[in-house]
Amino acid sequence: MARLLEVEDLQTYFFTDEGTVRAVDGVSWGIDEGETLALVGESGCGKSVTAMSILRLIPNPPGRIVGGSITFDGLDLLNVSDAEMRAIRGNRIAMIFQEPMTSLNPVLTIGQQIREAVQLHLGMNDEESTQKAIELLTMVGIPEAEQRIQDYPHQFSGGMRQRVMIAMALSCDPKLLIADEPTTALDVTIQAQILEIMANLSSELGTAVLVITHNLGVVARYADRVNVMYAGQIVESGSAVDIFKNPQHAYTRGLMASVPRLDDTEHTRLATIEGQPPLLVQEINGCAFRPRCTKVSGCNCSTTKENNPKLVEIEPGHWVADCPCCMTVN
Amino acid sequence: MTTQSATTQGQSEAKTGETLLSVRGMKMYFPVTSGLFVQRKVADVRAVDGISFDVKKGETLGLVGESGCGKSTTGRAILQLHRPTEGSVNFDGTELTELKGAGLRRFRRRMQMIFQDPFSSLNPRMSVAQIISEPLAIHGLYKGAERRDRLDYILNAVGLNPTYARRYPHEFSGGQRQRIGIGRALAVEPDFIVCDEPVSALDVSIQAQVVNLLEDLQSQFDLTYLFIAHDLSVVKHISDRIAVMYLGHIVELAEADELYLNPTHAYTRALLSAIPIPDPIVERERERIILEGDVPSPLNPPKGCVFRTRCTKKDQCKCSDTVPVLEEVEPGHWVANCPCCMTK
Repeated sequence: MARLLEVEDLQTYFFTDEGTVRAVDGVSWGIDEGETLALVGESGCGKSVTAMSILRLIPNPPGRIVGGSITFDGLDLLNVSDAEMRAIRGNRIAMIFQEPMTSLNPVLTIGQQIREAVQLHLGMNDEESTQKAIELLTMVGIPEAEQRIQDYPHQFSGGMRQRVMIAMALSCDPKLLIADEPTTALDVTIQAQILEIMANLSSELGTAVLVITHNLGVVARYADRVNVMYAGQIVESGSAVDIFKNPQHAYTRGLMASVPRLDDTEHTRLATIEGQPPLLVQEINGCAFRPRCTKVSGCNCSTTKENNPKLVEIEPGHWVADCPCCMTVN
Repeated sequence: MTTQSATTQGQSEAKTGETLLSVRGMKMYFPVTSGLFVQRKVADVRAVDGISFDVKKGETLGLVGESGCGKSTTGRAILQLHRPTEGSVNFDGTELTELKGAGLRRFRRRMQMIFQDPFSSLNPRMSVAQIISEPLAIHGLYKGAERRDRLDYILNAVGLNPTYARRYPHEFSGGQRQRIGIGRALAVEPDFIVCDEPVSALDVSIQAQVVNLLEDLQSQFDLTYLFIAHDLSVVKHISDRIAVMYLGHIVELAEADELYLNPTHAYTRALLSAIPIPDPIVERERERIILEGDVPSPLNPPKGCVFRTRCTKKDQCKCSDTVPVLEEVEPGHWVANCPCCMTK
């Protein structure tokens, strides 16, 4: 498969009164055409900022992409003009947001909101775009789409609104779909409906999906590959099976062990990762996981910026940050 | 729901103790009014529509269901924060629905609550010491110097450094704030705590810390929990027994493992299958029951079996307009006896 998106050494910083927040601090990864990649991590680890950086939606000030490059389909996204970027957003790269309640415009009908995108990007007229809107709503499983395009967002339930968001995102047949916590605000049975629709449509249309989530169950079910983020950096990257069956970084292992599983038959105490993620206003020297590492007392990893852990390939396609303490020894 | 009797409800081997709380036929309706000057009642939101269950001393009863199914309302109605429209709530031999004023307040010392949102459930203008001491002042416990000792003891018990007592909520992370909320509930030495989604707002690694803390405190202080959450994997982990709610009704109640291994109501089966297991090999082989549509409005719930609009067998459904009652299919395993929704 050809590389669709290549992110290299991306650094997105926020310059605040408290200091510089290194929200994303040198991440490199790529996504192939038609692939589903998951970005996993806890709140504040930089997963959403990574996604917003791809679409160049970082509010400036205070935020700025200070380094690195993002190449999408041969195009250097950090150096195209604003007009070119607008032509890409919602067209070749589309996004689904977490909050289906707040990401739709309450004073426009659902039909108007879907038609806006297809009229703008595909140059359709009113009649064609209405037809397209009905087609899209039917595709995501909204009954009586002909009538429902005249309804306003408040007339839809949370799950239905998220379907509308998916319909809008897929309206221009994007190459890449970014889904930022697409089901976090939804109930589990609705979550299952939405994820199933997303998975089916993306495989039908051959869309690559970048899914951002903290739900490891969702990752296990849908992702081909996984990037685990911690404190603005990627600490482990590999196929879903590698990450779940053979996690190598101490953080990944901690994360896996702290989630109770439905199929656990005996009651064991949950493993925890003591402490909190670091504050990103301080520059992280050496391994970011160091303060929470269980081996910290006997830890002899370097604490200088020059020796920040780098991703090393320990088996084909499975990369781990090479902190000697955090990596499993075997 | 009269087929349920207190003596035959599910009992785990370790928790065969006496019943602490017994809820019978509890209904909680919220009136919908209309009219500018004269408020006329036009309808009822049937948040909880006749539920019965027991909670035994020292056990954790999990209450799961999707948003709007009435699980939080159930927790609040038990504590009499909402006055139930109908039914009885019996706490350790006392009928709570008949109590008011000082009498009720005395019982509130024994029944506390932990809230979901660690950000909005703590007063930003009160220090940790004030937050945890307030319930002690209200109930006149631990006066003078003893109160400071009690505060230190509580902070230690919930894993916070006692030197933090003079700090304010904004100085803490989400997990630490949830510990403050737990400390506040614990301060008055309650017997029973309603935990309303206590870990839903937290990150997974923090969630595990709080779940472990709740388990430790339970064995340390002999607490009884009603654990309300929508995340069935967390509920199954912490609970001895689980009640599944749908649209104001309990559709299934069983021991945690029994419910997972042998789900009998169609809704329970769909709910279990919808929760992904964090294991790509297991998960991709799992069969998934996708429910169609949304939960109906509690303003106008379906007649008879409330699940009928989403039931996979609804086309050949022969259930009548009578409301299903809980029936014991195995010892301690109760299921709403709708003929279409039950697997035989």
